[in-house]
Amino acid sequence: MPTVISVKSLVKTYVVGEVEVKALRGVDLEVERGEFLSVTGPSGSGKSTFMHIIGCLDRPTSGQYLLDGQDVSRMTKDQLAAIRNKKIGFVFQGFNLLTRTSALDNVELPLLYGANGMKTAERHKRAMDVLKAVGLENRADHHSNQLSGGQQQRVAIARSLVNQPSILLADEPTGNLDTRTSIEVMEIFQKLNLETGITVILITHEVDIAEYGTRTVAFRDGVVVTDKQNTRRRMAQDELAALPAPTA
Amino acid sequence: MSVFMIIRIAFKALSRNKMRTALTMLGMIIGVAAVITMVALGTGAQTSIDAAVQSAGTNTVIVSAGNFTQGGVRQGQGNASTLIPDDAVAISQLPGILYTAAGSSTRAQMVAGNQNWNTQAQGTDVDLPLINAWPVDDGSFFTTQDVTQAAKVVVLGTVVRDQLFGTDSEPVGQVIQIQHQPFTVVGVMASKGQSSMGQDRDDTVFIPYTTVMKKMRGVTFINNVTVAAAEASQVTAVADRIATLLRVRHKIAPGDPDDFMVRTIEEMASVRKEATQTMTALLASIAGVSLLVGGIGIMNIMLVSVTERTREIGLRMAIGARGRDVLLQFLVEAIVLSLFGGGIGIALGFGVAQGVTLWQGWPTAVSPNAVFLAFGFAAATGVFFGFYPAQKAAALDPIDALRFE
Repeated sequence: MPTVISVKSLVKTYVVGEVEVKALRGVDLEVERGEFLSVTGPSGSGKSTFMHIIGCLDRPTSGQYLLDGQDVSRMTKDQLAAIRNKKIGFVFQGFNLLTRTSALDNVELPLLYGANGMKTAERHKRAMDVLKAVGLENRADHHSNQLSGGQQQRVAIARSLVNQPSILLADEPTGNLDTRTSIEVMEIFQKLNLETGITVILITHEVDIAEYGTRTVAFRDGVVVTDKQNTRRRMAQDELAALPAPTA
Repeated sequence: MSVFMIIRIAFKALSRNKMRTALTMLGMIIGVAAVITMVALGTGAQTSIDAAVQSAGTNTVIVSAGNFTQGGVRQGQGNASTLIPDDAVAISQLPGILYTAAGSSTRAQMVAGNQNWNTQAQGTDVDLPLINAWPVDDGSFFTTQDVTQAAKVVVLGTVVRDQLFGTDSEPVGQVIQIQHQPFTVVGVMASKGQSSMGQDRDDTVFIPYTTVMKKMRGVTFINNVTVAAAEASQVTAVADRIATLLRVRHKIAPGDPDDFMVRTIEEMASVRKEATQTMTALLASIAGVSLLVGGIGIMNIMLVSVTERTREIGLRMAIGARGRDVLLQFLVEAIVLSLFGGGIGIALGFGVAQGVTLWQGWPTAVSPNAVFLAFGFAAATGVFFGFYPAQKAAALDPIDALRFE
């Protein structure tokens, strides 16, 4: 399996006032294509900083980050914006959908910034394809405020997929959802990971959510403390089948 | 990312909050409409002056006796005794002159039966209707013979006719008393309406100038000579010739000031036009202030909008928008706001100008210049006041923006 993410001695230092905060103190990590990596750790462990750098939202103070073999650690802001658009799909805790905007328009948004001269019909087709992949093709015309939390998160997942990125980066995607909906969202991630082979990186502080991944990396004080394959992986599809049908 | 896409994105963003968009535009709408209306009123006034000049005859030259300053003594024009009927005859023989009419006027009380009316009695010559393109409606103008004989005949303006004999009466042949002397009515002029000075030109009577001189004022001089040049292009040359002739006839030494004034209708109108232009500029600049306020309103809303949509900006950046894209989006939003506001404002300004014409009877003319100016100003306002908020949006850090609550 080819390596998607390769990180070597990654250091990130923030200067807050006169105090230097070392958020990352030398992280080495490799992620192969098709992995489902869970990143855990308490707050202040550096996992958020790690996610920002992996997501090309921020640049490391020192160290190297190869994404698909391309060194992105020294790129300009505009180059990083293009990388984010093409190679990374973000899913956030707060969904971050545009209000008063249809699901379809929300999903199309990354296409507006990336593909130059893509025809409207082509954009619609691609957006509908990914909405179908998350099971929301019937809700394409619904505005985001007309959708439930789980549906909104699925729209957000569809949006992250529309540009066929190399990695799917989910930051506490179940933080605002109840247990059943959380499992439903995890089922989508697992399905996408298994069926399309997309690399998923899941940032979470919930240990049981982390167990849906194939591998768990734990952060503490800016370094990786554990890195192990999940021997007893939770499978969302089986759990959903075992759960009683929703009463409503 | 194409500009077309950015415009699409801006439209979508604006349509997401229609009420706010409409209110923001309102400032721009009112500002542009005010400018358009004010300039339309000013242009209308100028157009009506031009029309008045046309109807008075662009080739008209007026010679008045006296000058504003003469030998250090200020005199009212037309009151000097230096201009005599022979001067008018001499002027009429100059080349390039079509018609000449000597003038001698006085205010007088006129009585017909039990009605009386005080008005301007204009002593003039037979060619005046031709010079002013002002036809006689009923009867005829007085004749050369009337002038030579200083006959007691009168041609009434419609207002005087209405006052003395009643509306739509036919007083030709009747006799009226002017300064206790009987005058026979030989004609009634067509209605001419207001002059560019706002005077009612129909409130007058015409009498042979010789009659006014000899039988009403008892003087040997005239007040003025109205001259029509043969060609409008020769007006200035004709005016110069008249001045030269009169200086010779009045034996004015070189270097001494004229004891008369030669003015063309266009000169007189241009003074008034300048006053109107100043007024228009004043009104338009006051309206311009409201445009400025509209622009500041747009900046205010855009700044609020940037703060309110911080997470949206963060998201757009996370999914690949560059700083430039965000800058352009907000800039285009501001420009769209001001251009749409400007467009609606132009339409509203048109409407208000039409309304003023309809209900107030004031002449208005919406000039293309004013439209371009207002539209250009609206666009410039959008760019100018939209840039700062847009730059603020583009400078946001995506991580901070995404975390913003």
